[in-house]
Amino acid sequence: MNGAHDLGGFDGLGSINPETESEEPVFHAEWEKRAMGLMLATGFLGEWNIDMSRFARERQHPADYLTNSYYETWLVGLEKLLLENNLADAEELATGKMKTPAVDRLVKKRVSPDQVAGILLKGGSADMPTDLPQEFKPGDSVRVKLFTRRAHTRAPQYVRGHVGVIHEYYGSHVFPDESSKGNRIGTHLYNVAFKGSELWETENKTTIHLDLWQDYLEPTC
Amino acid sequence: MGSNHTHHHVHDHTEPPSDPTLRVKALESLLIEKGLVDAATIDTIIDTYENKVGPKNGAKVVARAWTDPEFKKWLLEDATAAIASMGYMGRQGEHMKVVENTDSQHNLVVCTLCSCYPWTVLGLPPVWYKSAPYRARAVSEPQAVLAEFGTVLEDDIDISVWDSTSEVRFLVLPQRPVGTEGWSVEDLELLVSRNSMIGVELAKTPEQIESQS
Repeated sequence: MNGAHDLGGFDGLGSINPETESEEPVFHAEWEKRAMGLMLATGFLGEWNIDMSRFARERQHPADYLTNSYYETWLVGLEKLLLENNLADAEELATGKMKTPAVDRLVKKRVSPDQVAGILLKGGSADMPTDLPQEFKPGDSVRVKLFTRRAHTRAPQYVRGHVGVIHEYYGSHVFPDESSKGNRIGTHLYNVAFKGSELWETENKTTIHLDLWQDYLEPTC
Repeated sequence: MGSNHTHHHVHDHTEPPSDPTLRVKALESLLIEKGLVDAATIDTIIDTYENKVGPKNGAKVVARAWTDPEFKKWLLEDATAAIASMGYMGRQGEHMKVVENTDSQHNLVVCTLCSCYPWTVLGLPPVWYKSAPYRARAVSEPQAVLAEFGTVLEDDIDISVWDSTSEVRFLVLPQRPVGTEGWSVEDLELLVSRNSMIGVELAKTPEQIESQS
């Protein structure tokens, strides 16, 4: 979706004002810690994947997206995921009081503290084989299709319609556009290099690399 | 958010958001009451990323690459395996790529679409990395972004910006500072800042370290 999250090349946002590295804490408030921990702990239940989480965060009013801190955005996303997956209803979220207990199937999946290290260490590989032929190889010139997807996609607006060169072939990874709908399908994934001058005429000494799935790409001739 | 009656209104966003402290507290107590999460599990997750997993991991990878040519070769060819061999693997580091700074090439990492970041070697991202101005400008005016971090490159250095649009995570291998010949791996690690592994700064010089202490 062409939302406020798709920020590459957006103008007028001002300076970055980074905190000094040695002085910046990992968290800036107690609630940020709990929000992060809750996001991961509920994610461990397996009711949604990372692409669904991203899509939940993206579906905010652009004004909210741009004014929320990133942990506020996580919180909005988590509330949305809980609602959409019937883990809580709006009244429960507003009051913090349970009306309907969770189903046994989910309670059984609750993660205990001693399981955390193993789960984090295992992670979740995005490798996913496909029977589709690999259409491009390093050195090939490709154009990002001019498409509009009113749903989740990982092809930013700033490269759509632009020409780049395949820099590397990664293999077949889970395709986020489908994964965000719950379909775990593999598609060939490439790193594509774009000249800065192709995207922004003022940037001549820059190359911008993006990871793009085969579905997003077409040959240039 | 959290109420059920106003979300379809166009001007929803103009309502003052409720205090995140209260919202998180309500959410946590609800999910505990439902038996879906355990407060001690949340404590463990927080402790992991506040105290255990952080940029010191990445600094060990970089310092080793500076001193061990075989490891560096492996790191550039198969970063996931090379980094995993040091015990850093798993969530948000499942597919790693290391990009090397040289005399002619500087690398900068961003996630324009969200906040993708190599947690296994750098921990959780700093606020600025997740901020709208960084995400917007790193791809469109990287030199101006670098200048805001006090980083000015020689004119003949090209910049590669890596926008993390897939589950592949990028780590910058900064150049080893001059004047560090013969240094131990442990001393070299002190020169490897988090920001140098994102690419917004260079590794610290011996002089910078001295002036800090």
